[in-house]
Amino acid sequence: MTEPWPWYVAGPLISLVMFLMFYFGTRFGVSSTMETICSMGGADKLTDYFKVDWRSKAWNLVFVLGALVGGIIASQYMMSDVAIDLNDTTKASLISKGILNPGVNYLPDIFTWENLLTGQGLIFMVLGGFLVGFGTRYAGGCTSGHAISGLSDLQLPSLIAVIGFFIGGLLVTHLILPYIL
Amino acid sequence: MKYLRFFLVGIFFGIVLTKAEVISWYRIYEMFRFESFHMYGVIGSAVVLGVIITRIIKKTGMKSVDGKPINIAPKPDTKIRPIIGGTIFGLGWALTGACPGPIYILIGNGFMVFTVVLASAVLGALVHGMISHKLPQG
Repeated sequence: MTEPWPWYVAGPLISLVMFLMFYFGTRFGVSSTMETICSMGGADKLTDYFKVDWRSKAWNLVFVLGALVGGIIASQYMMSDVAIDLNDTTKASLISKGILNPGVNYLPDIFTWENLLTGQGLIFMVLGGFLVGFGTRYAGGCTSGHAISGLSDLQLPSLIAVIGFFIGGLLVTHLILPYIL
Repeated sequence: MKYLRFFLVGIFFGIVLTKAEVISWYRIYEMFRFESFHMYGVIGSAVVLGVIITRIIKKTGMKSVDGKPINIAPKPDTKIRPIIGGTIFGLGWALTGACPGPIYILIGNGFMVFTVVLASAVLGALVHGMISHKLPQG
């Protein structure tokens, strides 16, 4: 239980999560919780877009709260000291950028409070988060709603969305990260 | 109590994504450099089994735990929204190393600075909602 789980365990278990959400009468999609939080926080006063009964979507807020608690449980009781088994080329590219010990922790030291108000921290955390929220809601879903649920249902818009995910991800990883890491 | 089931599935989801290192920025960086099969294996196997599950639900007319037919709604027939929105999300995914699920799960893992990432993402969703009527909807 403390060893990292391989892809062929994790992938099917994610399908199981999707199935359970269907079986419980709902669906598997995380990014819509960000709109629900807006509605709950009074964004309906700003625009009609958020005039929805957020209570009818409370089940999804409970799901993501559970996911957060799952993160607590896994990190407290199920973690080993084994570093992430990253590809050697990946590691070398990071070390050359001054990120020493890549994979020893889950995140590089970019993601710290001390770094938050630096240019780098603002780009990675504040701008990055904004793009995630804006992009997923414009796209109509994220990895769970489009890549897993949508592709599983052979939905063309979901395939287009996943292609978009990779266009954006490849642009940043290959053209921008080399300058800001 | 009707919410307890979602809380439990959420806990399970959080454990799976933590244990499979899906929440790690490094794994996403590695994925976008095509230097590991790990993330492709996770997403790919989830989709392959997901296709089978979705087919079975539809073919058998399976009912939910409450006895109602399971309704898997098709995605809105759009192209502009998923390609532009998807690309914008991809930019953010490669920066933060986290899609929406992992943002919550990372906070649980004790990376409290991700509360800022979550707040920014909610702000992004808010701005999207406010200007949505001005964006192309195709």
